[in-house]
Amino acid sequence: MIHYIIRRFLYAFPLLMGVNILTFVLFFIVNSPDDMARMQLGQKHVTEQAVSNWKQQHGYDEPLLWNANAQGKEKITRTIFYQKSVGLFLFRFGVSDSGRNIGADIQERMWPSLALALPTLCVGLLVDISFALMMVLFRGSYLEHAGIVLCVILMSISSLFYIIGGQFFIAKLLRLVPISGYDDGLAAIKFLILPVLIGVFSGVGSGARWYRTLFLEEVEKDYVRTARAKGLTETQTLFRHVLRNALIPILTGVVVILPLLFMGSLIMESFFSIPGLGSYTIDAINSQDFAIVRAMVFLGSVLYVIGLLLTDISYTLVDPRVRLS
Amino acid sequence: MVVLWTDALIYILCFAVLGIAFFLRGKEHIKRPLQNIAHSKAGMASLVVLLFFVLIGLLDSVHFKPANSKSNEIISLLDYWATPLRERGEKTYSAPLATTLYSKEMMTLADGSTQWGYPRLEFGGRHLDYPETQHLSDVLKKAGYGFAQGAGLSGLIILCYLGVRLISQGDSKCAFTLGAAARTVWAVMIIIVSLSCTLIYLSAYYHVLGTDKVGEDVFYQAVKSIRTGLVLGTLTTLIMLPMAIIFGILAGFFRGWVDDVIQYIYTTLNAIPSVLLIAASILMVQVYMANHEQDFTSVIVRADMRLLFLCLILGVTNWTGLCRLLRAETLKLREMEYVQAAQALGVKESIILLRHILPNVMHIVLISVVLDFSSLVLAEAVLSYINIGVDPTTYSWGNMINGARLEMAREPIVWWSLSAAFLFMFTLVLAANLFADTVQDAFDPRRSGG
Repeated sequence: MIHYIIRRFLYAFPLLMGVNILTFVLFFIVNSPDDMARMQLGQKHVTEQAVSNWKQQHGYDEPLLWNANAQGKEKITRTIFYQKSVGLFLFRFGVSDSGRNIGADIQERMWPSLALALPTLCVGLLVDISFALMMVLFRGSYLEHAGIVLCVILMSISSLFYIIGGQFFIAKLLRLVPISGYDDGLAAIKFLILPVLIGVFSGVGSGARWYRTLFLEEVEKDYVRTARAKGLTETQTLFRHVLRNALIPILTGVVVILPLLFMGSLIMESFFSIPGLGSYTIDAINSQDFAIVRAMVFLGSVLYVIGLLLTDISYTLVDPRVRLS
Repeated sequence: MVVLWTDALIYILCFAVLGIAFFLRGKEHIKRPLQNIAHSKAGMASLVVLLFFVLIGLLDSVHFKPANSKSNEIISLLDYWATPLRERGEKTYSAPLATTLYSKEMMTLADGSTQWGYPRLEFGGRHLDYPETQHLSDVLKKAGYGFAQGAGLSGLIILCYLGVRLISQGDSKCAFTLGAAARTVWAVMIIIVSLSCTLIYLSAYYHVLGTDKVGEDVFYQAVKSIRTGLVLGTLTTLIMLPMAIIFGILAGFFRGWVDDVIQYIYTTLNAIPSVLLIAASILMVQVYMANHEQDFTSVIVRADMRLLFLCLILGVTNWTGLCRLLRAETLKLREMEYVQAAQALGVKESIILLRHILPNVMHIVLISVVLDFSSLVLAEAVLSYINIGVDPTTYSWGNMINGARLEMAREPIVWWSLSAAFLFMFTLVLAANLFADTVQDAFDPRRSGG
């Protein structure tokens, strides 16, 4: 087990290196730092001096991959690629265009993101699974048919409409909760209710449908027939046997996104102006702050790799047939 | 005629689809699932709706420079027919079918005095002398007339169809009894044709869905957005299919280091949150375009390049899922007896891949293409909202929603832009989802039993 985990950690390294190289190509080779400087400083009337100042401020004034002017080892280390990569791998994300420390910003903004994403995930899971179980319990009846139709309709509506509609009806017309904003501590709850509700609602169509197919696949199996033959009622088989076995794929699907919850949801956070990482990213995209976007890309892939690892471990915990080696 | 990049790809796609259909005609293993689809009411109804959207999208994909215009603008066939809609802009917001503007302003009356009130629209309801009394009856009359036109037209089409059937079959009883699915198809067609005739007729006199902030007709915007949605949904799959199929099959078939490399590539791509990868790439394109302004002379060319690039990026982020499915299926198939027999007989590996593996994974490809379509259309809206979607000058539902977002806070609210985008998008995505379900039921061997 320990060996396996260590090996997986080592496997993560080339993966992150790949991500790093990809983002490097995107950010520095497709457009040179000079292009970026001109973009940031405005297209016209940019002097060479201003460009080189900007590059020096952001640490982009070294050669990209190979520093011919330096001596010995510094030929490699005194390049943008080396310095930016090492910074990312050590989680030193540097300074954003507005002069703030990105690492500190991320640490601070991660918690509001989590406060929104975790309840959304948990409540969403609960609602989806119960809805799916209901549909499976009443399979073959009009109730199931209506449920499927409802799911298809719900999943055909863009999540933007759920948000706009929810904000308009619940927050603006009924005035039950504030439209947007955030507060520290427990006071945040009244700001979080609506986004969580909308998040759950917008996911229920596709979620319930997906879980329904999982349950239906399980219902066809032999052990379920045996359970019924034994004289268990339909509800008993469903909750005691089907649900438990179907939990394996559900769990692995959930575990892989668990670390990514820190990243937050882009649109939710920007609509409800929650100061999480999602709105941080959007702000960075809109103000074309490349350092932040690069840091977030790297952070996202680290969390994804952790998610993969957790998935494998959780497999062994819930399914005794699976052994890691 | 001017062929934009996306136009060219759409034409290629159309020819490819026709070619594949021609190649597969009469093949027994394709016929059976197709018959299943033809017998499904929901499937056929949604197919008709989809085809209607595709027709509009195709009309909007034939671009040319109008002969009499001096400017450098490029318009499409749809623009040409909708010229009145395109050119009859108002000053600012106006409600659907309204005769006056949304906001009050100072008006100069005929006798020179000024008055604070709702000014008449420049084009919407211009033909009315006394809008207060005539408005409603005129709208109803025009709508009724348009509807009658549409109903007549669809009736004519149905008569033609039945006539052709009668001639080809000879037996009148057999020719006039339609199956349940066929009846649904015709019912949906009548609704679509009548509705669009009504809207077209009304839009000659009014702004059917109102006007937006700069006074542009919302109905026109929503119709123009159809092409953007379709392009994103189809071209993206066109771009991702070759990658997914080639990599997926190779990884599953050869295993070993090929498999390792391909798995490494797609895990790496998967590891990057897709929205961020799209954002990063679009940012880079923006920088590139800003620095190479001379290459993108016309606004429409520039917007088109960005649309194409968005398809490309979406394709790059989306192919991994299909690739993984294909790899797993190929791993299963290569252990099948017929593949092993071919190997034992000394058939070349490339032939095995083409003849035995590829045709047997095609149902997965087809299902994932139709399933992806609706999610891509939905993704466009979200991406445009974050400003990393299509160009702001492109008509798209995402841009409409983005523009309408702040209008909900107005008093009285401006609901029509949002509703129009919602209505069109919902229809397309719902039809796509229903059709995808039918296709999946028909082609997925695991589900065909039920």
